[in-house]
Parts: sequence; structure tokens; C-alpha cells
Amino acid sequence: MHPVLKLVAQRVALGLLLLLAVSAVIFLGVEALPGDTAQAILGQSATPQALANLREKMGLDQPALIRYFHWLGGILTGDLGKALTNGQDIAQAIGQRLGNTLFLAACAGVISVPLAILLGLVAARYNGRWPDKLISGITLSTISLPEFVAAYFVIYLLTQLIPIFNPVAMVFPGMGFWERLHAVALPVIVLVLVVLAHMMRMTRAAILNVMQSAYIETAELKGLSPMQVIWRHAFPNAIAPIVSVVVLNLAYLVVGVVVVEVVFGYNALGQYLVDHVSKRDLPVVQAVGMIFAAVYIGLNILADVIAIVANPRLRHPR
Amino acid sequence: MPEPLLDIRNLRIEATSYPPGEPPRHVVLVDDVSVSVEKGKVLGLIGESGAGKSTIGLSAMSFGRGGVRLTAGQILLNGRDIRTAPVSELRKLRGSEVTYVAQSAAAAFNPARKLMEQVIETSLAHGVMPKAEAEARARSLFRQLGLPNPDTFGDRYPHQVSGGQLQRAMTAMALCPKPDLVIFDEPTTALDVTTQIDVLAAIKRAIHETGVAALYITHDLAVVAQVADDILVLRHGKKVEYGTTDHIINRPEQAYTQALVSVRSIEHEEKPAAKPVLTVANVTARYRGTHFDVLKNVSVDVAPGQTLAIVGESGSGKSTLARAITGLLPPTSGRITFDGRDLSRDLAGRTKDDLRELQMIYQMADVAMNPRQTIGTIIGRPLEFYFGLRGEAKRKRIQELLDQIEMGKGFESRYPAELSGGQKQRVCIARALAAKPKLIICDEVTSALDPLVADGILKLLLELQAQQQVAYLFITHDLATVKAIADKIAVMFKGEVRRYGSKTDVLTPPFDDYTDLLLSSVPEMRLGWLEEVLAHRKMESAGN
Amino acid sequence: MKMPLSALIGLILTGLFLFVAIFAQWLAPYPIDAAVGGVWESPSATYWLGTDTIGRDILSRLIYGAQVTIFVAAASSVLAFSLGSILGFVAATQGGWVDQALSRLVDLVMAIPSLIIALVVLSVLPLNLTVLILVMGVLDATRVFRLSRAVAVDITVMDYVEAARLRGEGGGWIIFREILPNALSPLVAEFGLRFIFAVLFISTLSFLGLGIQPPLTDWGGMVKENKDALVYGKSAALMPALAIAALAISVNLVADWILSRTTSLKGGRGA
Repeated sequence: MHPVLKLVAQRVALGLLLLLAVSAVIFLGVEALPGDTAQAILGQSATPQALANLREKMGLDQPALIRYFHWLGGILTGDLGKALTNGQDIAQAIGQRLGNTLFLAACAGVISVPLAILLGLVAARYNGRWPDKLISGITLSTISLPEFVAAYFVIYLLTQLIPIFNPVAMVFPGMGFWERLHAVALPVIVLVLVVLAHMMRMTRAAILNVMQSAYIETAELKGLSPMQVIWRHAFPNAIAPIVSVVVLNLAYLVVGVVVVEVVFGYNALGQYLVDHVSKRDLPVVQAVGMIFAAVYIGLNILADVIAIVANPRLRHPR
Repeated sequence: MPEPLLDIRNLRIEATSYPPGEPPRHVVLVDDVSVSVEKGKVLGLIGESGAGKSTIGLSAMSFGRGGVRLTAGQILLNGRDIRTAPVSELRKLRGSEVTYVAQSAAAAFNPARKLMEQVIETSLAHGVMPKAEAEARARSLFRQLGLPNPDTFGDRYPHQVSGGQLQRAMTAMALCPKPDLVIFDEPTTALDVTTQIDVLAAIKRAIHETGVAALYITHDLAVVAQVADDILVLRHGKKVEYGTTDHIINRPEQAYTQALVSVRSIEHEEKPAAKPVLTVANVTARYRGTHFDVLKNVSVDVAPGQTLAIVGESGSGKSTLARAITGLLPPTSGRITFDGRDLSRDLAGRTKDDLRELQMIYQMADVAMNPRQTIGTIIGRPLEFYFGLRGEAKRKRIQELLDQIEMGKGFESRYPAELSGGQKQRVCIARALAAKPKLIICDEVTSALDPLVADGILKLLLELQAQQQVAYLFITHDLATVKAIADKIAVMFKGEVRRYGSKTDVLTPPFDDYTDLLLSSVPEMRLGWLEEVLAHRKMESAGN
Repeated sequence: MKMPLSALIGLILTGLFLFVAIFAQWLAPYPIDAAVGGVWESPSATYWLGTDTIGRDILSRLIYGAQVTIFVAAASSVLAFSLGSILGFVAATQGGWVDQALSRLVDLVMAIPSLIIALVVLSVLPLNLTVLILVMGVLDATRVFRLSRAVAVDITVMDYVEAARLRGEGGGWIIFREILPNALSPLVAEFGLRFIFAVLFISTLSFLGLGIQPPLTDWGGMVKENKDALVYGKSAALMPALAIAALAISVNLVADWILSRTTSLKGGRGA
């Protein structure tokens, strides 16, 4: 087998193994913590008898390991169980919300990726000069902001000082695409702000790293023009680190979504998760947590695979 | 006298450095240097690190690295001054009139592109010749430079060929656009000695056959003597001496040049055989998780107050032998006996006296000393640790040791970063001596130093040996060093001892093929040496 | 050595925040929980920063909030730091299975976003200060572990560490005298970054309603309480948001400065 394929297969297998381990942490690790679902539902004043009955009804009296495999089997077949609080089917509840979350993240990704790469290129091109200092200075301050703080600054700016948007992002089934887009404009702006800074700084660093290589000096000493140096020599080597920076930050975006959804009351997966944490509805929290973790791990695997495929040393072994 | 191709007049080069957290520092790198190269001639630029030789070399393309600026003088290339020429003008001459061969071809080639694309790139970019012609020329250069499979060599990627081959490929890249002048910046320094000679011969042949002029930059006078017509000796950015190669090598006028020519001429009488202090018997070792013996059945010994030199190229296992003796890499089989007692295989099993009597000095003094400890702490710690010395007694002994390494007063409170390369290595010697060892393992202790400084260190080591009867196990790739200080020699190749005995025996013919190759590859400080050696070699170089 | 202006500003502001946090009880003009004015009054001479959703003085609550925010963040970063750096150094110097076990465990925890783990765990555990500090500290310790292990591994391969081992020095000397002095500056800068991270983390949790619970208050919680004010054009929610941003940026400036003066591991005598 070609070594690249082998490495990719290894990486993917490792990722799946990691996902399995993560599922164990999310299920068994949480089981090991003090606290009891039955108690959480019935409250502190419940009688021992009521507790025992409920435990039996929910299957909580069985060993944790057996319940884990039952749960895992359910996830693999698309059965995520029922919510404790209202008995709703979790898979069904997640379906629509997952779509909403991905829509939000995708909008933010489509805007932030090209913008971050462009700004990173500009900052690297003018390394140490004013465009670089300006971009780096602004991104340094946005990097220090948690998502919800950035969100309120943006809301204040764009709904109060310059009132062009509605501070609540309501989406509902049957909404047209453009309507939907207008509704998510504010949360998208916030997500872009938050993720842009990281992505741009890492892109800049990746490009500068390549530009400091000895082969770039060789290219300069060949009398090539700056554009030829960048396109023929820097770009082929910078593409892999940039792509992996982008993918890693998309993974980060998936988490940023949780907070932003709460800020804007956007009815999607993050909001659903936070609601059910407060309600101590463990099955929902575990299922949604697992989905977030899977997306995150999946994107990380993708970043590694791209780095492997783009490496000429691996693509053309000795 | 014909019009010179390159005529540098009163060149001054300056730079500003920005050390972190300190104000910018202004330095003059090259001051008032004048030199010229005629068509088809080779000029050697020689000097220690910091002499400004690479900086002058790159000035022939009017190029300054980082913040380096060419501030005064003239650089006349084909009759026009390029020092003040605009960048667009320079871009036209770089890569077509003047080309460059870097010290590390491995870093200088773009890892993402095939060799052929990179070799013919300048010819196409400057419109010197059409693609088909450039490729044909590249293939003929590959052949001329002795590269394997010259017709398909260009299809490979840089990481798919060896270091010696890359260095030749870079020479081909420089010669391909038919330049007037090629700058060779230490092209053989990073290579093993037996590979160096092949690359050197290939470069010399290519220069002669293409009739190109060259600037050959190196710190090794013996190397430059083989290829250059004229030599400029530099020190601290200033000219020391400038003349024909014959003049510089055979009749140097300046004291500094004379010292460079006579470097490594230390004489040392071989001592008679004696009962050994260290015996390594049938030692075999491998690194954890590998299935390959890096040491194969090695047996050597060292007598008290004598020096055993372990010679070999990179990958010969010579440094691994040191790790096996010190216990850092426990051997899989064999015995190590020290001062009449068996040494435990691994470090944890050794007594404090075992550790004390067996000291080590490293190649890079920079990283062998903790940058956050003063010289006093560095030398004082073994005194405290092994002998329990404290306070005044310790301070007195530290000064004694500093005197022994000829460093005098005032160093105790300084940090390693404030010392020169030679001084750092001396402090490492003092740290080893502080333990009052019976044996010191010296791992390439002079290879990172400039030749004159290295000479000083070797002399110091010999003096200390005479005074204190300490034995050395001296690991090196440099045969000149071996000749200077060894009593016994072991030649290592691929993990085995190929030849072993007293210095006279090992260095007297008949030789086995490898020892012959190794011995004959050491550049000698005379004209015509390269041709002689190539004429009578028995074995191809080991690594390429 | 001259200190850049940005670092000086950062240092002064950080100091100011610490001062306010420590002496909150004496500095706050009004009690933490007393409704002293109308709902969402604008800043005035009486209420410098206005009043909140039930008429409490925002400045006073900000000052008390500083105490809680900074205490929780500091406690969890100290925990993260001691746990992470000690285990990191041990992994780096011991190697072998100790290193493998610790590193794989950390990989596992870091494979899930911290916020998601925290949410899952907090859906079971009671919400009190101790739990919050423990959860944040342990999660953050993984990052400190990675850094200190990497720094220590870079240093342990140095010849001077090998020289110390060959001399027969014990683990204590090697960690404290050979490795630590050279690892200090990157670790100090890292402490600053971890502290910021903890501030942002606890603020986010409180904002989501899963952090500090009443009657205590912190800045994230204050943003949550007052978030509806914005719809009515009131600035109440912006004050605690600004405080979070100001603290994070000032500590960042200081950490950046420390990192930039860090000389290479090989030479130099900085810090």
C-alpha cells in the first residue's frame, strides 16, 4: 500500500478509536461522578422507594458497563433515547436543530476563511510594517474577548448605535433562504469576529515560517520576481499549514456556536444543550455532547489527513 | 592585464541587529575590502566564522541577508557598479550573470518541486535558453558532476537523494544558465570527509570544463588550496592577506596566515603500551525499539595517561560507543572494565566513584552548559557533589581550575553566553577536571571551533594529560586531529572497528580499503593534492 | 531595560484589577445585593455606572464581581498550573510508560472541546465554587501539561542535562536546578494566558447560567442578568462585558511582553 494511504488509514483509525474513548468518557466518566439522575428528577425530598422504582424503570439498576454498550449501540443505530424532562425522542429533537447549527457555522466559515487567509497574506507580506501592525493589533484584542462579550458589543453597535439589525435571531421551518440569511446576520458577524483572529494569526505565522526557509532565499538569488517567489516556491509549501489552520479553526467555530446561539436565542443544538444542562437532563446532554465531540474530532482528523497528503516527503517516498 | 569580471573596491558592509529586549545594535561586518576576479578564474575567500566571507560573497550579487547593508565602495560586475543598482536591475543579473551554491543544499532546495524544475528555472525565467535545451544542458551537467542516472536524476524530489548528490545538483543548478560567476558558499563543509573529496573534485572539474569564474568561500585553507587561483584571507571583516594560492600556501607573509597554514601541525610522541584503565570487550548495542546493531562486537582499551582516538564518519557508531561506555545506552552484550572493576551496564547501577572517574566533554560547549548557571556554579558543582567542598575551599579550587585552563580571574560570576567559543570549551574541560577523573571522553570537542582555536584546545588537552596523567577517549571525524594527539587509534565504519592499534601501526601501510579511503580524503595543505589522491584511490566514497 | 508602553499599561491595569478585587469590601460604594435605585438608570453622579435590572448599583456589583471572577480564575489557574506543570515535568524526565500514560490521557481530554466537557460534567455535579474551580482547573491542566512537557523535553535533550545525569545528580537537582530555571519564562507567560482563559471560561459558564450562582455574582453573570437592557438601548450589560475585555487584554499585554523577552533556551541570560 502507498505510504500516504497507510498513514491516512492509520490516522482515521486512530480518530475512530479516540471517538470511542471519548464516548466512554462522556458516558462512564459522568456515571462515576457523584450525583444521580433519579435523584435529579425527583428532587431531594424523594422517598427511597420512589427513587428505587424510578431507577428500575429507567434501567439505572443495571451495571454501568451494560448500560454503556446499550447506549453506544443506540447511537450507532440512530436511537439516542428519550429526554428525561419531557420524554421527547432525542434524535428527533436534534435533527432540525443540528441543521440550524450547521447553517450558522457554515455561513460563518464561508465568510471567515477567505477573509482570514487574505488578511494573513497581507500581514505576512507587510511583516512588521503598518498593515501588519494594524491587523495584528486588532486581532490581539478580539482574541481576548469571549464570544458573548463580543456578541454584546456587536449587538450594541449594530442595533443601537447604527440600528440596522434585529437583536434576536429567530429562525423557523418554512423560512426562505434569504430571510434566514438576514436573520442570522448578527450571530454570523460575531462568530466571524471570534474565529477570524485566531485563523488570521495562525495563517500569518504559517506563511512567515515558509518565507524564512533557505529555499526562499535561493529563489530570490535566482532573480525571480516577488510574485514568482511566492507562487512557485512559497505557496506550494504554505498550502498545507494554511489548510490545517483553517480546519482547526472550523472545529473551534463549532464550539463558539454554543454560546452565540444562547446570546441570540437561536433555536439550535447549542441552545438545546445548555437548556438541558440546567435541567440536568443527562441523556440529552450526553447525546449532544457526543455530537459536538464527533464533529470536533472529525475536523481534527481532516486537518491531519490534509497535512499528510500535502507533504511531498510522504507523497514521494525515497 | 585584462578587464576583471568582478572588481570589488573598498567595500564596506554594515548591519543592524535586534536582540530581543535590548536596543538595536549597529555592527560593521566588512571594512575596506578590495578584491577582483578575472574571467574563468577562481578566487578563494577564507577566514574564521565572523570574518565576513559569506557577506562579501553575496555582495557579488549585491545581496544582503536580513538587515545587512552594503554601505560604501564599489562592486563592479562586467564593468558596471551593482552596489547601488535598483532591484529590477539586480533581478536581471541574479541567476543569470551570477549564481549561488549554498552550504546546505538540503535546505536550499524547495521540497515541493522536482530537481529538474528547479535546476532549469533560472534559464527559463531569464530567457537564457528554451526548455528543451535547458533540460539537455542540465542532464549533461548531471553527468559531468558524476550524478547517478543523469537522465532521470531530475525527476526526483530533493528528499529522495543524498546530501552529497544534492550539493552537486545545486552546482548543476548554478551552472545551468551559463553564468559568468558562481559563488560557492562552503559547499562541502556539511559533508563527510570521504564525500567532500568527490564533491570537491566534481566542482573543480565542472569549473574547468565550463570556464566559469568562481568565488569559493570556506574556512578550510587546505580545501581552497585545491581549487582557487587566488586567495583572500579575511579576519573580523578586514583583509589580512591577498595573493596567488602558491603565495598564500607556500610563502605566507602575515602572522595570521602563517598560523592558518601551519595549523594542525602539533607533534606528539606516541607513548608505549601499558596496562589499560578502560577495557571495552566485545560490546554490541542497539537503540531501543530498533532491530539493528549500531555497535557490533567492539573491543578497544585505553592506558592511563594516554589517548585512544576513535575515528569514523557520521553513522560509524563512534558517538554511540561513548554512550555505551558512559552507561547512557546499556550494551546488549559485552563487558566494560574500568580501573580493574566491572562497570554496570546502565547508569543507575554505577557508584559515585565510577561516575566521578569517567568524565565527558561535548562537541557543542554552548549546550553543554546550563545558560542560567554562572561559570562558578558550573565548575563548582562537581567539587561540591563529589568532594563536599564549600565556601572558601571551593572558591580556591575553582580559581585553580580556571588557572589550569588559562582563563585567569574574573570569570567565576560570568554566564556562558558572555564567553567566546574557545573559552566555553575550556570551561567544559575544567568542569571535567574538577572531578579528578581517570578518563575523559572527548566527543568531537574541537569540530565546532575555528582551526586556530581548536589548536589551542588540543594543546591544552595535551598539557593537562602530561600534568595529571588523565586518559582520553577522543572521538573525532578529523584525521589531522587524530595524528596530533593519539597514542592508539580505532577506525570505525558502520558500527565495527575496522582497524585498531598503536598510532604508528594504524597509520602505516598496507591499509584496508576503508582506512585508505578515509586517510586519503583528508585535505592536505599543498597544491595538487586533490589530483594525486584521485589518481590512486581504491574505493568509492562511502556515503556520496 | 526599557519597558514598552503597552506592557506598562497592561501591568498597571492588571495591578488595578487585583487591588479592586482584594479590597472590594472597602471600595464598593453600595452593598452587593441592595436595590438602591430604579431599574437600569443611566450613569450619574450617584451611580457612576448606572443601575441594573433590579436597581442595584452596577459599580458596586462590578467591584464585588471582580473579587469572585479573579478569585475563581486565579484559583483554577493555580490548580491547573501546579497539576499540569508537575505532571508535565515528570512525564518529560521519566519518559517510558509514565509519559505514555499521561500523554494519552491528556490527548483524550483535549480531543473534546473544554466547554463541552464542562457542560456534560456540570449537568451532574452540584454548582458551587469548589466544583467550578476543580472542573476548570483539571481541564486547563491538560494545556499546561502539554506546554511544560514540550518545554522540558526540549531542555532534557540538552547536553547540560545529560552532563548532570552522568555526574549522578538526582531528580530534584535536575528538575529544579537544570530544567526549571530555563523553563521559567515561557511558563510564566503561559500562566498569564491560562489566567485569561480561566476568566473567559468562568464568565462564559456564568453567562450560560451554569457558573457562579446567586447571591454571589461575577461579571459573566452580570452580563446575563442585564442582557435584555440592550434591547431597550441601555448600556448596563456592556459594563461587565467591558470589564472582562479590559482584564483579558491587560493580562495579555503583560504575557506578550514576557514572551517577547524570553531569550532562547540555548543562550542569553534574560529574566
